Order: sequence, then structure tokens, then C-alpha cells
Amino acid sequence: MDCVVTGGNVKVLAKAIHSLSRIGDELYIEPQEGPGLALRCVNSSRSAYGCFLFSPLFFSRYIVPNGIAFRCRMSIKSVQAVFRSLASLEKTVEKCHIHLDKQKDRLTFTLHCKYGLLRTHNLSFQDSETLQAVFDKNSCKNVFRANPRLLVDTVAHFPPSMEEVTLSVSDERMWLRNHVDEELGDSSAMLTELFLVSDEFDHFAVQAHTSITFCLKELRGLLFFAENTGLPISMYFDEPGSPLVLSVSDSILEGDFVLATLSDDTRNDTRRGDTPPARPPDDFMNDDMDSYLIAMDTSIAPGPSTTDSTSSKQQVVANHRTRLHSEEEEEAETAEKDGPPNKKFCSLLFGSVLPLSSQMSTQPVSNQEVLASDSDDDTQID
Amino acid sequence: MPLLMQSQSDDDQYVLVATLDNARNLSNILKAIAFKDHAIFTATPNGLRVTVEDSKCLQANAFIQAAIFQEFTIKEDLVGLQINLTVLLDCLSIFGGSTVPGTSTALRLCYKGYGHPLTLFLEEGGVVTVCKINTQEPEEPIDFEFCSSNVTNKVILLSESLKEAFSELDMTSEVLQITMSLSQPYFRLSTFGNAGSAHYDYPKDSDMMELFHCTTTQTNKYKMSLLKPSTKALALSSKVSVRTDSRGVLSLQYLVRNDDGQICFVDYYCCPDEEADDE
Repeated sequence: MDCVVTGGNVKVLAKAIHSLSRIGDELYIEPQEGPGLALRCVNSSRSAYGCFLFSPLFFSRYIVPNGIAFRCRMSIKSVQAVFRSLASLEKTVEKCHIHLDKQKDRLTFTLHCKYGLLRTHNLSFQDSETLQAVFDKNSCKNVFRANPRLLVDTVAHFPPSMEEVTLSVSDERMWLRNHVDEELGDSSAMLTELFLVSDEFDHFAVQAHTSITFCLKELRGLLFFAENTGLPISMYFDEPGSPLVLSVSDSILEGDFVLATLSDDTRNDTRRGDTPPARPPDDFMNDDMDSYLIAMDTSIAPGPSTTDSTSSKQQVVANHRTRLHSEEEEEAETAEKDGPPNKKFCSLLFGSVLPLSSQMSTQPVSNQEVLASDSDDDTQID
Repeated sequence: MPLLMQSQSDDDQYVLVATLDNARNLSNILKAIAFKDHAIFTATPNGLRVTVEDSKCLQANAFIQAAIFQEFTIKEDLVGLQINLTVLLDCLSIFGGSTVPGTSTALRLCYKGYGHPLTLFLEEGGVVTVCKINTQEPEEPIDFEFCSSNVTNKVILLSESLKEAFSELDMTSEVLQITMSLSQPYFRLSTFGNAGSAHYDYPKDSDMMELFHCTTTQTNKYKMSLLKPSTKALALSSKVSVRTDSRGVLSLQYLVRNDDGQICFVDYYCCPDEEADDE
């Protein structure tokens, strides 16, 4: 891969990386010929996913050798280090050249700065599978679009320590309030609630009067990007338990953040393993379950062999879809045992395993939509 | 200022008296070398030199010429003392070290001689504070024997461009490698950290490069931990001269302008890392 980003786009790229860093620790890079360069990130509990897609037009040079699929993942911190100071970036960097050094197995970021200064970062990377959440924002019942400023001002009312907010909508209004977990008996917590009227939005379409609870952190991440690029932010969601999709886009780039939302019956722990709550079971067996769960579509990189073993595993999931339901149960149970389900979010939403981040990062994944990640691959093979 | 006019007769007992209208002119430059507690003060009729050392591998000197002081009286050719620099800096900013224009702390620094404390009279807004700091047996600063005749390579850069590089250096790298060469990359800073390597190249014809004088290609590594304190000096400075001698010893000279536009110098000497095989 060989691409060059110039002028203001360097900053846009940098902001995208900074904004993804709010989600997870590893950046998945996938240069594709047609759609362009995809940068993706998922958090360790797989309850949040972010993706930026930069079209070839975003670059002043974009060369991806066809045939040879290259994908990698690398520590997002090291990529952030390349673009550490956003302020100086704008003033000093004229051109950013990203290319793959095949000999040294390094991804090289070269920043051409003012006064002829040259900054070169040779970053190590790991081969990886494609990371892809499967979601369909267009089927969502509630759709909003607003100037990022509106949401920035709204979110500003919630202190940084506030993790989750509940968003409710009616035909005319959108309410936001901080989510207080009653189970924790935290009744002394301060409640903040505010509403926005539909006039404040560019687009306000409500088909379902629902209320969803999600994490603010990732929203803040995307707001950071949207605010700086001035792109309007769109929100898509259905009901509790199905994901919230936040998008920004213009002609040359597209950003989607998919966030898990808390499902309705948080109190009924025993039902956790069954179906995702508030979902009729037949829906769950349906093929378009992908539309409301963050499913990870991942496939083995055909190119260089990954350190992790198993190309045989990729076959597995194709025929286990019919068994998904029962597997969900098992997986959810596993999650309860050894996952870190301090956040109900994750286990509830995905009804699946919470892979330890290390596991997650080394597992090869199937080429089908999978609800769960793959820590249970072994059992699936059996 | 009442303090400054205070009993000239007292002055007779002091071997060293120095006064400053603005104590920040001293404290700022001392901050640029404040990475260890102990500082060696060497006063001569030319001015004051303050030296801080670390691990016998790093030495930082701040020079405050006599002309910077409103009064600089020294009765001997050389007055040496050692003092706790952190304490001294705390005293110098005892009024809060406010940077509000128009308010400044006036300073009168007096020393009676060997065995006596260093006495500071500080005055701001009519309030006078007297600080006495015990002095220590002065140690002999290390002589790095860095003389200009042995300098092989020298570049002078505007600090601005180096500040950015230093603020972004990968601190997971144990060493900073400095390359100076006759051909590309001319002047290069490299780090080798967990995430990979990074290079900062400065072409010799850059506007940021005031002087490029290179006689031989040289690559030396310096411990990052030793160089880190020098960023304090870099932050204050407007220009920096980077020199290496034939042994690979690094000299960084910083030109610092104080609040009144006067020029002072801070320099750092650093030994190359053992592993460097350029000897």
C-alpha cells in the first residue's frame, strides 16, 4: 500500500485516529482498492465498534496492489504518537505518506513538515483478520441528524465520569438523562436530565417511542471528530438492546460508530442466557438479526499467514448458524463465568462471550456473520 | 526599593552580593537545569555559573553574566558553594512567582563566605522575606574536556523545531540516537521504542537550521533518561547549538532570552551511551 494525504486531510486522518482511540487499543487497518482505506476499532468487550472509511479521493495518491490483500492491526497508541500534537499538525505538516515496507515488515508513516523537516515512523504491525461489524442503520426506526455542536453542547452537561446516558424520544423531543443503576442502590447519585426539541435537529424522524441507554465515551469520541470536521452527525436506533449507530459522512469519507445499548430487562439475570431480551425468539433465529446486534464479520486474511494457527476454523461457522440460538446460551453462560461482565451491556447485548482482549486479538475468525466472537471456536469444531 | 537600599554598610561582610529587580530572571534559568537537588554555584567577576550533574554522565550549566544583575559585587576571584537547588527555587518563588506584568519580586542575594548560609532578601509590594539557605561543601564539577578544537560536528537550530521533536519523542525508547552526516539525512534524531522506530530529519538547508557544520558522519546514542531534563532548557530557549566531539560527547548549548530581553546561556554535556561503537 502506498498512499499520500495532503493538507487539511492529514488533520482529518489524525482526528479519526484519535477518535477511534476512545474505543479500543488496537487499530485495524485495511486498505481496499474500491472503497478505500478502512480504519477500524472495537473495544475489548465488543460493545462498541468504530470504523472510518476514507475513499481513494481522500488521498492525493492511493495505490493498493490488487490481488494481495493486506490487513493489519497495530497498537493505536503508536499510531496516535505519529499524530500526537494536533495543533502542530495543522501548522507544520504538509503531507503524510503511508506505505508498507515489505522488506522490514513495517508500516511507515512519513510526515513532510514545513522547513523541509521529515518525520518518519516505522511501526510494527500484526497481520489480522478483517474486522467488520454487521449492522443496518437504514432499517432503524428512529433517525436523527444534527449539527455536532448541538450534541457537543448537550453532552457537556454530563460530567466526564458519567459513563452511561439514557436517551428517550417522542414525536417532538429527545430527552437525555444520566443512567443510574438501581441495582447498585446508588440512589444518592445526582440526576441530570435535559431535552432537545425537534427544531434543533436537521432531521428528526421518530417511529418508535423508545428509550435506550448507552455509553457516552464513544459518543464523545465521534463528537470530537465531527466537531472538528464540522460534519453533521446522524443517529440511528430502534429499541433497547439493539445498537445505536452514529454516523458522519461526506463525499470522501464515512465514519460509523456502533454502540451497544442496555437491554430492557436488566434485572432478570436468569433470562440472560435465553434470548436477547425484548426480542421475540423467532426474530432472533432470523437472518436479519444482524440488523440489531453488533455482529462481527471477520474473515481470515488470505495473504500472509497469521501467527495464529487455524485456517480450518473458518469453515465452521457457515453451518453453525442454525445452532446459533443454543450456542448463544452457552456462550452467554461462559461469559457470566469467566468474562468480565462488570458491564451488563456487553453480555446482554451480544448474548455472547466477552473475549479477553488478548484472546480476541489472536483468534482468527469466521467468514460469516457471527454474533459471538470466537473464543469458543474449539467447541464449535467439536 | 527599600530592600535594595538597605544598609550598604552590611555589604562589607559579604564576599558576594548580587541584586536583581526581577528574581524570575534567575529562577527561570535555574529551572532549566533543575533536575537534581544539588547545585554547585561558582561566582567569578564575570558572573555566576550554576552546575547540576547526574550520574557522572550529564552536566548542565546555567550562566548568568554579571551584567544581568543590577549589582554584582564579588570580593574574591572565585566564590564556590553548593546548595539545594529545589529549596533555592522554592525561596525565589516565595511570593508565588506570579507572572502578572508589573509585579516582580526583587532579589538581593548575599553570601558571607565558606560555612555561612546563602541569604536571600526578597521583596514584593513592600513585603520583605529573608531566606537563609545552608550551604554545603562545594564539589568539583566534572570536566568533560569538551573543547571546541575537538568538535567534529556542529549544527545550530531554532529551538522551535527541536521542541516539537522532543515533545513527540517516543519515551519508550531507551536511547536517542543523533546522526550528523555530510549527506542525507544530515541531522537526524532517532528513537527505537516498543512501537517501532521513528526518525526526525532536518535538512541542512532548512530555515530552521542556522548553521550546519559537519566534518565527518557520526552516529551516537544517548540515554533518553539523561537527555530528558534538557527539554526544560529547550522550552525556554530560542536557539540551540548541538555539537559532538571526536569521542561522541554531546554538547547542547541553549540561548535563553530572559524577561528583559537579555541573553543567558544554558549548556548540557552528555556522554554517549556505552553501546555506541563509534569510538
